[in-house]
Amino acid sequence: MMSPTQWDLPPELCCRPMAFVALTGLDVTYNAIHRAIWDAFCANRRADRVPISFKVLPGDHEYPKCRTKRTSYEWYIPKGILKTGWMNKHLNLVPALLVLFYELDWDDAVWKEKQSECATKVEIVRTSLQGRNTKVAVVLIQKKTPLPPGEDLVASERAASLCNACDLSGKSLFVLPHTDHLVGYIIRLENAFYEHAQTYYYTEIRRVKSHKEFLNKTTHQLLFVRHQFKIAFFSELKQDTQNSLKYYRTAYSLVHELRTHETNMLEIKTMAGFINYKICRLCFQHNTPLDAIAQFRKHIDLCKKKIGSAELAFEHTAWMSKQFQSFGDLFDEAIKLGLTAIQTQNPGFYYQQAAYYAQERKQQATHLCAHEASVSYPTPDHLETPSGALDFYGQRAWRQGHQSIDPPHMEKEKGGILALQMKEKDVPHSELIIALLSNAVAQFKKYKCPRMKSHLMVQMGEEYNHAKDYTKALKLLDYVMCDYRTERWWSLLTSILSTALRCSYLMAHVKDYITYSMELVGRASTLREEQKSRIEKNLIKVLMNEVPEAEPDCDQASAKAAQALWSDRMSLAGSNEFTIEVQDYVPFVQCKAKFLSPSFHVDDPVQLHVYLRADCPHPVRFSKLCVSLSNQEYNQLCVVEEPCKSQDILEASSQENMCLVPGKTRIYSFKFVAKTEDVGKKIEITAVDLMLGSDNGRCVFLNWRGGGGDAASSHEALLAARSFKSRGRVPEQHVEWDTVSIQASTMIISRIPKISVQLSHEPPALNNEMYRITVSIQSNEETVTKDVKLTAGLKPGQDANLTQSTHVTLNGLEMCDESHPALLPDIAIGDLQPGEKVEKYLYVRCVTTGARIFLFHVAYALSTKVEGKDITCKCHKDEIVTIETVVPFEVAVKFVSTKFEHLDRVYVDIPFLLMTDILSASPWPLRLVTSQLQLAPTMAAMDQPQSQVEQVVLQTGECASECFSLQCPPVLNGMSSVASGQYLISWKRKSWSADAPVVTTVATLPHVMVETIPLYVHAELPSFGRVRESMPVRYHIQNRTGLVQDVEMSVEPSDAFMFSGLKQVRLRILPGAEQEMLYNFYPLMAGYQNLPQLNIGLLRFPAVSGQLLRRFLPSRIFVKPQGRQADDASIAAA
Amino acid sequence: MEHTQSRDACWHSRHHSKMAVCIAVIAKENYPLYIRSVPVQNELKFHYTVHTSLDVVEEKISAVGKAMADQRELYLGLLYPTEDYKVYGYVTNSKVKFVIVVDSSNTSLRDNEIRSMFRKLHNSFTDVMCNPFYNPGDTIQSKAFDSMVSAMMVQAS
Repeated sequence: MMSPTQWDLPPELCCRPMAFVALTGLDVTYNAIHRAIWDAFCANRRADRVPISFKVLPGDHEYPKCRTKRTSYEWYIPKGILKTGWMNKHLNLVPALLVLFYELDWDDAVWKEKQSECATKVEIVRTSLQGRNTKVAVVLIQKKTPLPPGEDLVASERAASLCNACDLSGKSLFVLPHTDHLVGYIIRLENAFYEHAQTYYYTEIRRVKSHKEFLNKTTHQLLFVRHQFKIAFFSELKQDTQNSLKYYRTAYSLVHELRTHETNMLEIKTMAGFINYKICRLCFQHNTPLDAIAQFRKHIDLCKKKIGSAELAFEHTAWMSKQFQSFGDLFDEAIKLGLTAIQTQNPGFYYQQAAYYAQERKQQATHLCAHEASVSYPTPDHLETPSGALDFYGQRAWRQGHQSIDPPHMEKEKGGILALQMKEKDVPHSELIIALLSNAVAQFKKYKCPRMKSHLMVQMGEEYNHAKDYTKALKLLDYVMCDYRTERWWSLLTSILSTALRCSYLMAHVKDYITYSMELVGRASTLREEQKSRIEKNLIKVLMNEVPEAEPDCDQASAKAAQALWSDRMSLAGSNEFTIEVQDYVPFVQCKAKFLSPSFHVDDPVQLHVYLRADCPHPVRFSKLCVSLSNQEYNQLCVVEEPCKSQDILEASSQENMCLVPGKTRIYSFKFVAKTEDVGKKIEITAVDLMLGSDNGRCVFLNWRGGGGDAASSHEALLAARSFKSRGRVPEQHVEWDTVSIQASTMIISRIPKISVQLSHEPPALNNEMYRITVSIQSNEETVTKDVKLTAGLKPGQDANLTQSTHVTLNGLEMCDESHPALLPDIAIGDLQPGEKVEKYLYVRCVTTGARIFLFHVAYALSTKVEGKDITCKCHKDEIVTIETVVPFEVAVKFVSTKFEHLDRVYVDIPFLLMTDILSASPWPLRLVTSQLQLAPTMAAMDQPQSQVEQVVLQTGECASECFSLQCPPVLNGMSSVASGQYLISWKRKSWSADAPVVTTVATLPHVMVETIPLYVHAELPSFGRVRESMPVRYHIQNRTGLVQDVEMSVEPSDAFMFSGLKQVRLRILPGAEQEMLYNFYPLMAGYQNLPQLNIGLLRFPAVSGQLLRRFLPSRIFVKPQGRQADDASIAAA
Repeated sequence: MEHTQSRDACWHSRHHSKMAVCIAVIAKENYPLYIRSVPVQNELKFHYTVHTSLDVVEEKISAVGKAMADQRELYLGLLYPTEDYKVYGYVTNSKVKFVIVVDSSNTSLRDNEIRSMFRKLHNSFTDVMCNPFYNPGDTIQSKAFDSMVSAMMVQAS
């Protein structure tokens, strides 16, 4: 912490005034009870306690003497505005209330004596406070707990007598029982004290106010200010901050009404500053920060121009700086107590302005205090006063109390000014400035102002530079530099770099010097060409291990010291090699590296170009360029090197290969053969290094990570891409720098195979068949292809289910099953001579339908020559085909009655038909080899079923049908669903040879409902009738139950027939027996005619309706017309 | 024609000496596209002033919610006052920023006049952008823009 200076505000001004109460009669050192009482007063004073500052004073303490009260101001001429001791006097020296502590119980044995001792003590303090309005109170410390008021008659009597003896009012006598509840009593006591103190300050205010009527405006101007200030201060002590603020405001306007001249300017400003501080402080306390800010602005506007003595101009700036700093502190304190600040209104701005004035002060000081060395500090010292301090705030030590316009003593005046100037010289200005700036930085960081923060840090860096603390300066500047670089504020970056360069020069810090130089001569620098030229020449000197010229604006002494440092550096051997990572800067050499293609075949040489361009004013010569790649084995192939002598650096010739001419793009190409192990790998440029200087001098490697580029290049590339210029045509040889893009990596891929792989097959594949794919491999290479291998089958990486349902084999003669894999790897084919062709058959069986991707991968090895180098390349060719698998045919099955009527159920022992339809879905003709019905035990064939579709050929969309007569044996419990069995179809494509395996497709037949019926009816009738020719119809009615059945039968009349037989009958049929009914139908009409309907009713099974039974009976018959023999004869006759 | 115009501008500035001391156009990415100040010797200080004012501009832009972005007023008003200068800001819809620095002592310049200065600047900037030979993102080098800016600046004496 710095020691307080003349400009710091006095602590008594900055503290919060509290009522001052002095305690006497307490022996806090040796008396434990007194110690406890004192501790209760002063320990743990929280905000809820009344604001009092307590002090323990001895009984015989001497208080400041009170001067005799002035009765008239008529001849009084004030000597200043405010005495330096006044505030302290009322805060710490003159109590508002004096409290005498005395140990005395009401029933004390020697009451009388004690009473008079107490009265004497009171008398002593009264005397020492003579002339003051300070109140006196007495506290009796008692051992006994007092009785409730009024009950202890002795107490009230003795209290009255004590008051009388001490000349105290009853309100000023207190009792403090020393019991358990000490703190509670103390709090009550201090509240009472506080009231007394308030009264005291109120009287003081009244007293000061009463002076006013004696004052006149011509001679007592200073007193107006003084009195207002005092009233305000007393109000503050009284904790009446509202009125206090009002009085301070009046005082503030009064202070500006004072006549100002050079001699009293400092006093006026000092007081204005004090009052302003008080106002702002109270405004913040009242939570009206805007009022505080407005007051401060007003204050600054009023005082800004009140410079005072020109020879002491630095005093004004010092004062201004302090004003801003104090306000910043107040603001910050208010924030800590809960005020919210914003980005555009925070303490940082005030600290920043304080720093600005501190900078001004420093400049003025250097200007005004530049005395000749012969000038010495004046004797006698005019700044010394008899008391060692000033009487009034803001006055000159050599003419205290002097209030006229002209200084009384010119000689003293000069000496005083000189003394002040000499003192100013010793002020650590930079330290002050940096402290303020760093305060501001902390604030702006808090209020989201990163740029403001950077700016202040630059200023801090510059200040450290001035203070010759170059290490700290560089640390700060380095820190912010990249912000300006990323934001592309080149003018600001250049300015920072220039300062940094100067610092690094003065420290002879070689690496930094080179780093800053190379950016300052580069394209991001806004320096003029001649400055760049100067820096570049210095840079070359450093590269040649010589001492560079001093930077401009360095003072002579520092420059000289720096020269010596540099010479030392130069003479030291070693540490002459530097690597500078330029990626994050904007160096004067730009670099872009690119592979000419994003991929290279292993039998083609990899080509790589490095583009270099210098942006400095003079040509640059370099001695080595090397590219580092991810596979370091290639690094040795990507180097250009040409060791140069020192002279070459100086006189770089633009003709040389290793010379970069400003503004011209130079291309360096490299070519190498990739290693066969790198096939399928990525080769990356990890770095490009450019060596400047020489091994015997000093060498610097500029190192670009990756394929080059720097802090500015990506943005430039973006702009170039947008530019209309990029669309223009550029002459062949000329390379437009901006159009070059970095390509930092390339893939090494295998050699292009010169082999043809052809597939022939007949898609789609049919479900379950052995699908044949013919693979023809033909070598188009010029030499023997060795070790040809074919990998064929389902392409890996598809749905896992496909692997289970796909089987591949080379043997087409037998069906393959689950044991066969989905992919056959590395089928050896052997060597192929140029032009030789090989065919392979691959059989695929797809168990499920859907699309599958098949892979045919042919790999081989081949020896070849690249760039005169023998390499063995592995080549491969992939052929991929997607094959759809479809079902060959659809099988439809249905159950019909013997009348070909659809059945949703069949009946026990009653024959029915099973019909199968095979509908070809294959685009290729199919040959059905045979078909077979495998019946379940619940079904029986009526005869030996034979395939009816053997050797049938189905074209697309054609259908082959078969029909089998079946019947069901009886089932349990009348009705159930039974399995029917399977239907096997053996087939192959028509185009296939006879020895090709036959595919068998199994179709599961549906289940069917079987039902037992009690009665079965069938009719026996001729296939047709003839009009008017009788035809016999026989109905057979079988009882299929174990019971005797009563059957009711009737035949309904019909228009188409006459008939004979029983029209309505009831009969009884024995279990298992059959009844035959015979009718003769006599057709009346020709054509299809409905037979007369036979109604059958079972009395025992009402559920078995005639309708159900009627299904077994024919419903109609074809009736031919009557024969026409007679007519034929007549026609013949005619 | 051009001659009359420039004389007009001169007349204008002489009678309204209360004008900008620094005018800057800042790209969306916050680098300067154009920056000019009087007096020239204090150029660097103005560059810093403009650069630091971007803190407030950024904050103001981000304070306006995304939903409100469409209705956002381009004029940002007084960014922050320094002891000597007042800094005003304006943001186009494409996030190009205009900054005008005015002397603090210049109390006669009202908000309306600042607004109209920004409008003029915006119009002129639009003209620059419409030039097919201008590459967006490049620094502005346009005589028309220059003379418009000159007309708004305090004449360096």
